[in-house]
Amino acid sequence: MTTRHAVRARGLRKRYGDVTAVDGLDLDIRQGEVFGILGPNGAGKSTTVEILQGHRRRDGGELSVLGQDPGHADRAWQARVGIVWQDESAPAELTVAETVRHFARYYPRPRDPEEVIALVGLEAKAASRTKALSGGQRRRLDVALGVIGGPELLLLDEPTTGFDPVARRQFWELIRSLADEGTTIILTTHYLDEAEALADRLAVVADGRIAAQGEPGTLGGRAQARATVHWAEADGTARSEETDTPTRTVTALAQRFDGEIPELRVARPTLEDIYLRLIGERDPR
Amino acid sequence: MTSTVRTRNRSSDADADAGAAPRLPGAWRLGLIRGALEIKQFFRLREQVIFTFAFPIVFLFLFASIFGDDMANTGSTASQYYVASMIAAGIMSTSFQSLGISIAIERDDKVLRRLRGTPMPPAAYFLGKIWLVLVTGILETAALLAFGTTLYDVQLPSGISGWLTLGWLFVLGITGCALLGIAISSVPKSAKSATSVVVLPFLVLQFISGVYILIDTVPGWMLNIGSLFPLKWLCQGLRGVFLPEAAAALEPAGSWEYGRIALVLGAWCIGGLLLCLLTFRWKSRSDG
Repeated sequence: MTTRHAVRARGLRKRYGDVTAVDGLDLDIRQGEVFGILGPNGAGKSTTVEILQGHRRRDGGELSVLGQDPGHADRAWQARVGIVWQDESAPAELTVAETVRHFARYYPRPRDPEEVIALVGLEAKAASRTKALSGGQRRRLDVALGVIGGPELLLLDEPTTGFDPVARRQFWELIRSLADEGTTIILTTHYLDEAEALADRLAVVADGRIAAQGEPGTLGGRAQARATVHWAEADGTARSEETDTPTRTVTALAQRFDGEIPELRVARPTLEDIYLRLIGERDPR
Repeated sequence: MTSTVRTRNRSSDADADAGAAPRLPGAWRLGLIRGALEIKQFFRLREQVIFTFAFPIVFLFLFASIFGDDMANTGSTASQYYVASMIAAGIMSTSFQSLGISIAIERDDKVLRRLRGTPMPPAAYFLGKIWLVLVTGILETAALLAFGTTLYDVQLPSGISGWLTLGWLFVLGITGCALLGIAISSVPKSAKSATSVVVLPFLVLQFISGVYILIDTVPGWMLNIGSLFPLKWLCQGLRGVFLPEAAAALEPAGSWEYGRIALVLGAWCIGGLLLCLLTFRWKSRSDG
């Protein structure tokens, strides 16, 4: 059971006219994991998610999502996959409760609508019409509609774009609680902190290809990367040195300055440094 | 290969549920549920409700006031002619026009895409629209009849056969026009252009089908084009229901031609359905 894959893609390919949006993507996403797809705008993230959901047809490659080809999926399969798109609008004239209850009726084994409304934190807004909700609240409603069918796989396309920092943290908690329930979650994002906070594993996508794949802590050789020691000389000139042995460098500096080292800072590359390197240089290896 | 995987999943589902395989809700039931939801949404937009229903009544009032005279040798007045006309136009506006515009907007707003991402059977969406159109169409017709019988002495059918005729004209007319509305909703590139794309052909049809102008004064070539579409026949049938027998003299054929009306409206229902099946788009054009 543990080795079963929720998603298995080989050489996924999609072109729009002259533009190749997805260019030979391989993915292995395990059941129950939170998988982040990270990349700049136009990297092919949304297209990938849309192909996984069956909304778009791929031009090439092999794909199995929950054991079926999304290009030929039936209603029973659709009931097992939830999606939250980037740009959505629920019916403006219906209340939150009406909308969630209505969508529950499309599914063979829906979750309890009141429980889902509570899960996304909209209890206080259950009787409000959608048009009266704030942007963040609408997004929560979108998520409620994405999970109302009790999906085994949930696809989220840039779920927190446009959120304020508080709303984003709350949203992360929501995703974590869904993941704790065992839902496989695939989310695209261009926020690095989001990917680092949520994903068990990440793929960095650039120009429709995977530039690197792995756990956030070790992605792109992050754990092995050299540290940089920054300090200032007595005359105020900023200095820095890349090293595999930062402790030795700092000890040496401490002896030279005979005590405090001015403006001392030791830095490891952040996920952002790795990411920028990955999307900046095509194929760093 | 897919089929073996599917079978395996199904059996594992069944195992988990001790033999009770989950049943997907059926299209008819979901169609009813969607219909109720559509009607609820429609009536919550008060502005839309008022203007939808007021439009043909205002037009009836204008035309009946301007051209209300007796029509020679027909035993009826132009006002009564316009009651039949406006009921036909009202049926087409609640079906063709409102569906043509609202579905184009729903497509642009990604409502259709969201529905497509659920296990809802596509037929349930269309059934829901049909329910909405039936309810609004009946209300519109009732409002026009109330107005026409009070102000313009229109006689309601006296026997069961008159009501039956009204019934089948209504059902065939509204179904054909609704299907055409669903079909035309795929034409506009975006929600912004939907109103213009839908309203112009509807307006032209009303002129060449004898809605605004008495049928015997519409130029022959125009009427020939109008005869290709359902509105002309719907008007004609409704005149047969609400005008005295002598008024059939106005008709190009000199009679109400119910057989032909049934044939043309029926053909549009089938043709409209085929057109919808062949051309309906769940995605907006920008969405590929």
